[in-house]
This record gives sequence, structure tokens and C-alpha cells, in this order.
Amino acid sequence: MMQYDLVIVGGGPAGLAAAVAAKDHGVDSILIIERDKELGGILNQCIHNGFGLHTFKEELTGPEYASRFIDQVLERGIEYKLNTMVMDISADKTVVAMNREDGMIEIKAKAIILAMGCRERSRGALNIPGYRPAGIYSAGTAQRLVNMEGYMPGKEVVILGSGDIGLIMARRMTLEGAKVKVVAELMPYSGGLKRNIVQCLDDFDIPLKLSHTVVDIEGKNRVEAVTIAEVGPDRKPIPGTEIRYTCDTLLLSCGLIPENELSKSAGVALNPITSGPIVGDNLETNIDGIFACGNVLHVHDLVDYVSQEATTAGKNAALYVQNGAAADAKTVEIVPEGGVRYTVPKFIRPTEMEDNLTVRFRVGDVYKNMAIATYYDDELINKRKRPVMAPGEMEQVILSKKKLAEYPDLTKITIRIEEV
Amino acid sequence: MSIRELTCIGCPLGCALTVTLEETANGVEVTDVTGNTCPKGAIYARKEVTNPTRIVTSTVRVSGGTAAMVNVKTASDIPKSKIFDCVEALKGVEIAAPVQIGDVVLANVAGTGVNIIAARSIAKN
Repeated sequence: MMQYDLVIVGGGPAGLAAAVAAKDHGVDSILIIERDKELGGILNQCIHNGFGLHTFKEELTGPEYASRFIDQVLERGIEYKLNTMVMDISADKTVVAMNREDGMIEIKAKAIILAMGCRERSRGALNIPGYRPAGIYSAGTAQRLVNMEGYMPGKEVVILGSGDIGLIMARRMTLEGAKVKVVAELMPYSGGLKRNIVQCLDDFDIPLKLSHTVVDIEGKNRVEAVTIAEVGPDRKPIPGTEIRYTCDTLLLSCGLIPENELSKSAGVALNPITSGPIVGDNLETNIDGIFACGNVLHVHDLVDYVSQEATTAGKNAALYVQNGAAADAKTVEIVPEGGVRYTVPKFIRPTEMEDNLTVRFRVGDVYKNMAIATYYDDELINKRKRPVMAPGEMEQVILSKKKLAEYPDLTKITIRIEEV
Repeated sequence: MSIRELTCIGCPLGCALTVTLEETANGVEVTDVTGNTCPKGAIYARKEVTNPTRIVTSTVRVSGGTAAMVNVKTASDIPKSKIFDCVEALKGVEIAAPVQIGDVVLANVAGTGVNIIAARSIAKN
């Protein structure tokens, strides 16, 4: 059996930043396990620009952003295995993995960081009626085909879902000569960032139809047409509103799901809202020594925030390797209410946490001119006005350790959306 | 005087900008920008209503490398009206590995004065 102080599952942006932070905090025995043939994860196929504005103060493409962290991993001599699939993680922190060279390997770790990322919601999970011909791709699959393999999935395209990858692919397919006829979104608001609506759809006069969904797919061998219809407030199609588009390709950009099969086998408790692990301020799961960061924890809009979060996980995993389990400390739960769907972290240790802790969350609806309010028990501590909040854009609250120290008897922190 | 509402694309905050325009003897002039949270927003707004520009990213084929494609970008933003000329100019371009981030793939793309540069390193196979 191989032995490492720290095993990181996933060599994407989260795994890379976590590895760098753990090494810089004194852990030398680190192994990153990556299933793809190279480090960098999904950033490798994200060739558009806009990455790293917060971290590097410049607009990088995905591969450029990834390479900055890959270089840091290489400079530090951190070990990694490519083309290697983790099959199982157990609660005693034994990792079972396999690849073509080593066959099946068992690795005993003192600490593990989960950094597996997320996957796209598939057609099967969406229950779209119609035939099942060729030409139906998830937006991310199309992105990989176009940007990495050099293949065009089709010439006339309909996109269902206005997640960021769908918007980015609307532009990308257009630039590569395809005709993107429409982007249909089930919800009355877009799931993607506003800037992507502007520069990916508006720039190319691609129509976005909100409150619309696909009601039929035609074609036996290849997609021949897609019919969309308007939906009512109950999200059911309204008869008579159907529009038929002839096309050869349907792209799906209907949400991302954290990939937590391995977490479950280790006994990690998941939050049903995020589908990611429930973690405290140090990003540790309910299993001692197993930490989580990045899109496996909750789906992010910005890789910059993934890197920040992963740095925290790497640092805390290093502390765990060096000092063992943290001493028992009082924990305070963060309760999401009134439009706040969840928070990461879910609880904090007021005496152990960082001086300024970023709590990230998403709202459940579009809110205009409302405020994010933070309560310590029943006392309003902070209220911050936000002109617009939407489910597609992550929000945050910063908790101060100094301020929390003034409330030794605190039982809960509530974060909610309120009138200004 | 006229008002234009824009969404800033400078960063993912996507600030809602309100631009006030004034017709003058020298053409349209921006007299006021509000709604931006940083100076980039004001710069974007002024450009967007006078000469909108974009960074263009795409891919070209690589021969003899560890990957089939390398992603490329304009070294700086180019006029929006030149986006399609830019991708047209990249059609059929193939470069040989090794490729380093920042290598010039195509100089002065579509007469913009801006180079297309590699945005990823590809090793020789």
C-alpha cells in the first residue's frame, strides 16, 4: 500500500490550488490524482477570456489560468498521477485508484481533499420528450469537441438552458460558422452571468427566450428539428405557443451537479440543496481529515473563488496532517432564510475561524433593490443593499472573528434577504 | 441628450451602467456614466457607445504536438465589427509544436494591428 500525508482527488483548479497551499504550509508528501491525461481540469476547454480578474488582475483564458497553477505545482515538485481514476474512498482515508501502468492501487492518506468538480445535467435527467437521435450534446461536451478535439458538432443549433457554458457555446459555435437559432430557458431569468448574455448572445443577435422549454425533438438518425414552447408559472408548456426550429444539433446547458459518488462512499454527509458536502469554516466534512473545495462542494460562477476556497482547504488539510484533528470547539450554525438557499460553510467555530471568513451562498429567485441581512441570534449585525440578486450569481457575506468574540453566547447566525 | 443602458462586461459583476450622450459638433459625446463600481466600467461604457471592442478567442490546429488544437486570442481588444474577419483569417491556420503561451500565431489580424497569440503551451509529441 502507498502512503501519502495528503491525497487530493482531482487535478483541476481546486485540486491544484489546494496542493500549492498545503505544500506552502509545510506538507511535503502530497499526491494529486487526475483522471484526464493532463492537469487543469475543465479549464483546458474553456478557451474564452475573463478568468483571473480577481486573482491576477488580468483577463486570462482558461488554459492560461490553469497553467499559472500547474506551474506552481511543478515548481514545488508536487507529485501527481494522470489517467488515474479513483474508484473508492473509505472513511479511514484509504483511496483505491486505478490506471493502465499501476493497475489497482491502494493509498493510505492522513488527510484527503475532495476536488472532483461537477458534471452536467444530462438529457435523461431532464425528461425531454421526443426521439433520441444523434446530435444532442451537453454544452460542455460540445465545448470539448470544438475547442480541444477540433470537431464541429453541427451546423444549425438550438440551445436549451442559459447556463454560462450554453451562452459561451452559443458564441463559440457562431464564430465557427454555425447558426445558433435560439437559446431557450425554462426559468423566467437566465442562469448565466449578465456579461455573458451581452457578449455571447446580444453581440450576435441570438435570441434568448425565457420561460421556454423543449417539447419535442424530431429526427430518427440525426436531429432534424426541435420544438420549444412557452411555459406558465407552473413551468408546464402552454398549448398553442409552440415554435419549431429546423436544426441538426441541440445543446443542453441545464445545470451542473457536484460529483460526489466518492464522497458518499466515504460516508461524507451531503447538503441536499448544493448536492455537495456539508462543511465547517475550515472546509472539513463530517469525516475527520476529509476536506472539500471547488465545484464538488458547491457550483461556483468564478474560478477565482474556487482557487481562494481551495487555498483554505489546502491550508486546513496541512494543519490536520501536522496537528491531527482540531480540538473540540464551540460551533455555531449559519441558517439560510428568506430567499437564501444555502451557505458554505454551514457552520463556524468562532474561536478557531479565520479573522475574516467569506460565507458564500445563492439566492432562490431574482431580487431587485433588496438587502442581505446578517443576524447574530435576533440582533441585526449587518445589512447590505444589492441592486440585483439572481440565482445565477453567487453572493457573499464576510464574518468577522473579532465581532463574533463579542457574542460568546451566540447560538446561531441567520443570513436572509430582506427589504432595504 | 440621450440615455443608454448597458451591462458592463469588464468582470463578472456585470454592473448596470447608465450612459448619458450629448450630440455635439464633433459627433456623439459621452457626458456621464453612472452605475459602475470601478473605473473599468466607465472606460467600457465610453468605448461601447463610440467604438465597441472585444477580445476574440478561438483555436487553431497544431501539428506534431501533444494536443490537436491550441487556443489563441487577440493580444488586445479589437473592434467588434472585425470579429468575423478575425475568425475568418484564422481558418486553415496550422502551427507546428512546440507552442509557448504568448507565441505570435498570426500578426496584424484582419488589419487591426493586433496580433493573435497562443494562450496555451503545447509540447512536441
